[in-house]
Amino acid sequence: MMDVLASIRPDSWNFPLFLHVLGAMVLVGAVTAAVVAQLWTVTPADGDRLRRFSFRTMLFVAIPAWFVMAAGSEWIYSKEFGDSSDDPTWVGIGFMTREGGGLLLLIATICAGIASRKSKSGLARASGIIAAIALAAWIVAIWAMAAKPS
Amino acid sequence: MDLNDWILSLHVLSAFALVGAMVIFTLMIVALWNTDNPARVVAFMPLSRVGAVLVMAGIAGTIVFGVWLAISLDAYQLWDGWVIAALVLWAVGTALGQRSGEEYNAAAVQAQDDLKAGRPSSLPAYGASRAFWLHVGVVVVILLILIDMIWKPGA
Repeated sequence: MMDVLASIRPDSWNFPLFLHVLGAMVLVGAVTAAVVAQLWTVTPADGDRLRRFSFRTMLFVAIPAWFVMAAGSEWIYSKEFGDSSDDPTWVGIGFMTREGGGLLLLIATICAGIASRKSKSGLARASGIIAAIALAAWIVAIWAMAAKPS
Repeated sequence: MDLNDWILSLHVLSAFALVGAMVIFTLMIVALWNTDNPARVVAFMPLSRVGAVLVMAGIAGTIVFGVWLAISLDAYQLWDGWVIAALVLWAVGTALGQRSGEEYNAAAVQAQDDLKAGRPSSLPAYGASRAFWLHVGVVVVILLILIDMIWKPGA
């Protein structure tokens, strides 16, 4: 949906696009923070603090941002493509990374919650790696939304 | 895909880096709110380093690729009102962010020194300080830039 960033579009598309982009930006920032906090711990004492930070960031910021991004994407999709069954490739990439990334984010958050509660550094690292995979997929999606490969 | 598509994607990726960094700094400010524990501040320093790298990439990428696009695309000109507004907001946001970053950096260095010396810390930056309000200013400016980029008033 971000392809329309660089073009003039009907005014009614602007707010859904704004919601979609803002949600995606907060999502990417929050997951980046969570990944760095899980994977870049200097001392064991830092580990407890950062595991808790990472879990809360995913639960209270990243997951709500994912819902805002997803709601915005459905809204702008319904306006831009309606009932069309022939989606461009970049839309397919967007849907795939949205759903797959959302599932990975959920798994990473559950792992982070258990790791934070039980001080399990291995599980925290797994949570960071899973979230990093989701983040990589979303970076590909951002490129696809903007560059629109056909 | 032509060159303009690549420039647009790099411009958008830079914008994500910039806003992502602001999200990281905001989360750190919330996590360290009113703290007087230097160890806690030092624990977050790797995160602030990542944020700083993203800010630099975002600031440079948004302006370079944004101006390139405005010159390259026939539909837009550098002197369009919404482009000028974005450039002015970008400059204001960069200046505010630099001041805020300097104050938070000074507080982080102080926390590191206090932790090494084993002395109690006073960290006024980590509350409703001038650094905090400058950061709020940056967040508002970035939101205005995003609104300007999407609505393109006058285009």
